[in-house]
Amino acid sequence: MALNLHGKAEKHVTLLGALILVTISIGGIVEIVPLHTIESTIEPVDGVRPYTPLELAGRNIYIREGCYNCHSQMIRPFRDEVERYGHYSLAAESMYDHPFQWGSKRTGPDLARVGGKYSNEWHVAHMVDPRSVVPESIMPAYPFMLDRQIETEGFGDHLRALSIVGVPYTDEMIDAAEADMAAQADPNADTRDLLARYPRAAVGDLDGNPDELTEMDAMIAYLQILGRMVDFADYTTEELLQ
Amino acid sequence: MTASPVAVAGAGVDSPAQARVAYNEEVVRLFTIATVFWGVIAFAAGTFIAFQLAYPVLNLGLEWTTFGRLRPVHTSAAIFAFGGSALFATSLYVVQRTCKATLFGGRYLALFVFWGYQLFIVLAASGYVLGITQGREYAEPEWYVDLWLTVVWVAYLVVFAGTIMRRKEPHIYVANWFYLAFILTIAVLHLGNNLAVPVSFFGAKSYSLFSGVQDALTQWWYGHNAVGFFLTAGFLGIMYYFVPKRAERPVYSYRLSIVHFWSLIFLYIWAGPHHLHYTALPDWSQTLGMTFSLMLWMPSWGGMINGIMTLSGAWDKLRTDPVLRFLVTSVGFYGMSTFEGPLMSIRQVNALSHYTDWTVGHVHSGALGWVAFVSFGAIYYLVPKLWKRRELYSMKLVGYHFWIATIGIVLYITAMWVSGIMQGLMWRSYDELGFLQFSFIETVEAMHPFYVIRALGGVLFLIGALIMAYNLIRTIRGDVRREAGHPALAPAGGVRAQPAE
Repeated sequence: MALNLHGKAEKHVTLLGALILVTISIGGIVEIVPLHTIESTIEPVDGVRPYTPLELAGRNIYIREGCYNCHSQMIRPFRDEVERYGHYSLAAESMYDHPFQWGSKRTGPDLARVGGKYSNEWHVAHMVDPRSVVPESIMPAYPFMLDRQIETEGFGDHLRALSIVGVPYTDEMIDAAEADMAAQADPNADTRDLLARYPRAAVGDLDGNPDELTEMDAMIAYLQILGRMVDFADYTTEELLQ
Repeated sequence: MTASPVAVAGAGVDSPAQARVAYNEEVVRLFTIATVFWGVIAFAAGTFIAFQLAYPVLNLGLEWTTFGRLRPVHTSAAIFAFGGSALFATSLYVVQRTCKATLFGGRYLALFVFWGYQLFIVLAASGYVLGITQGREYAEPEWYVDLWLTVVWVAYLVVFAGTIMRRKEPHIYVANWFYLAFILTIAVLHLGNNLAVPVSFFGAKSYSLFSGVQDALTQWWYGHNAVGFFLTAGFLGIMYYFVPKRAERPVYSYRLSIVHFWSLIFLYIWAGPHHLHYTALPDWSQTLGMTFSLMLWMPSWGGMINGIMTLSGAWDKLRTDPVLRFLVTSVGFYGMSTFEGPLMSIRQVNALSHYTDWTVGHVHSGALGWVAFVSFGAIYYLVPKLWKRRELYSMKLVGYHFWIATIGIVLYITAMWVSGIMQGLMWRSYDELGFLQFSFIETVEAMHPFYVIRALGGVLFLIGALIMAYNLIRTIRGDVRREAGHPALAPAGGVRAQPAE
């Protein structure tokens, strides 16, 4: 009888522990393993690329400040969301996001396609004092980002770590990391190589202070690329349906 | 159904005939103090960030005090510091009593578990304030803190399982099944979700092994089961010991405890994808997550029924014993939030509730109503026992704590229901010309009154916890408050039942 069998588990802690481990493993294995093996999990789309070093530095600031606590980056396929934020998010668009930042709460609006929606000047004003541009906003202010310089030295290590986990950074990209970082926010720099490596990146004087490479530069570089890698004019709805 | 002898014996009345075992109560006392301390910190942090959402000036313009950095401090303090310490305190108490054995590994291993875990909490929380985070909800600590927690957790497993191995009772008591499932599963989840590559050996920063859609599911496999095993299985362990002990009744059904234990731990693991409805996660995964979440309702209510029906024949004690009232109300809240959870996991309901305060309200009906209340009940039970006092300093203060905290919870969750459903509806509402009716910021503005009400609910909950801390300090000092019907003042062998206060 089942109760007698159970009596055994109740008297042997190793048996009980082993049965628990088996029981809790099944669901996880069935759900997680196929996500890594079924190819259609991520339908490939053109345009998705690794972040530029400066965008990556901005993304790390986004994570450091806990922006994900209030902002999602995942537009659901509903009429109102698509009208408010843009095309619903595709799996491929976050395939180089380590970690993902889809979020779980919209205390503020979704940011998956915030890139290109506002000017750099608006972003600076908004980050320094959100209520100066949106009076009803409840977002914290981040004025210190304007003053704090970004350290370019050794940033290639970040790209190297990401290449270990599967982001296709080439040796050329890793070697050029420090130069690319400085060039992206320098209005006088030659950015042809940078844009060849990283198409559609926002370049120029991002934070209104061309002399220094600041955290604000990085933050704006990141925000301005969000959702802009894929050109949806290239695709019909049918092609994107999975 | 009748209670089996196992269930009765397990909840063990210490019989005088039995040789006294020298239990290790030092580590239990330390974790009990830590529970109260971190509880106050967690509730204070939560109340403060709740006010930040109502009045953004409270972000203070400093980088260390923004909502984004303090919210993980609140969640980690509530789940891991307060909840974790309560689980350590009760599990290490219960495993000794129900096994009639002292802790395995001796005094110093137990002390290592305590101080090692406190170090983990301090490292994690100070990291968030300084901006060191993995950016994974409820798994924010960076790689080196994760490694440290792994060491402490293995030591905890050795102490706990080792104590079970040297037990004098033939059967492993049901509370210990739940504690063991909690310890083992949290170990698996912690290791699986924190796989990462550090940028350098001497730096804090790391990048997660997985990305995008795979990372999302791994995170919510972890995130939902942090709820399922940390905040549910572990706390069911508390319920299975402290409710029968305080009610002085055997567990309602032994068979039900077996059925709901195995089905609960089997089903919970599948439920994670319901956090990712309508996202880029494949539909088959979302459907599995929703289906298993709905099934999860049954074992959850099996646990609730087993807890509440344990009071059969002792319902009158609810009138006179506010400690039991905490325990039983917590099981009621458990039943309520485990009904609401499956409801919200239905894709069409989730379409409305996701990204809104409804989720926040749901989490808090579980965290405040279930996790915190069952912990309060256990702590009120434990403190007189651990410090060898006949009873608490004041039963009346326990009653005040109960009502103030309950009103706080009601304010909190009703405010979040209204704001969550309202904001979800505002986002999707169209005017007669077919345009979106509200800009995003208009929906933020509409939240303000509810954010104020929610924060006031938090204030009440915090006041309740401070009353508890005062009551416990006086109890530890050996004071007894003169009040009618106080059990500690009743003559030995006297009647306990007195008119309600």
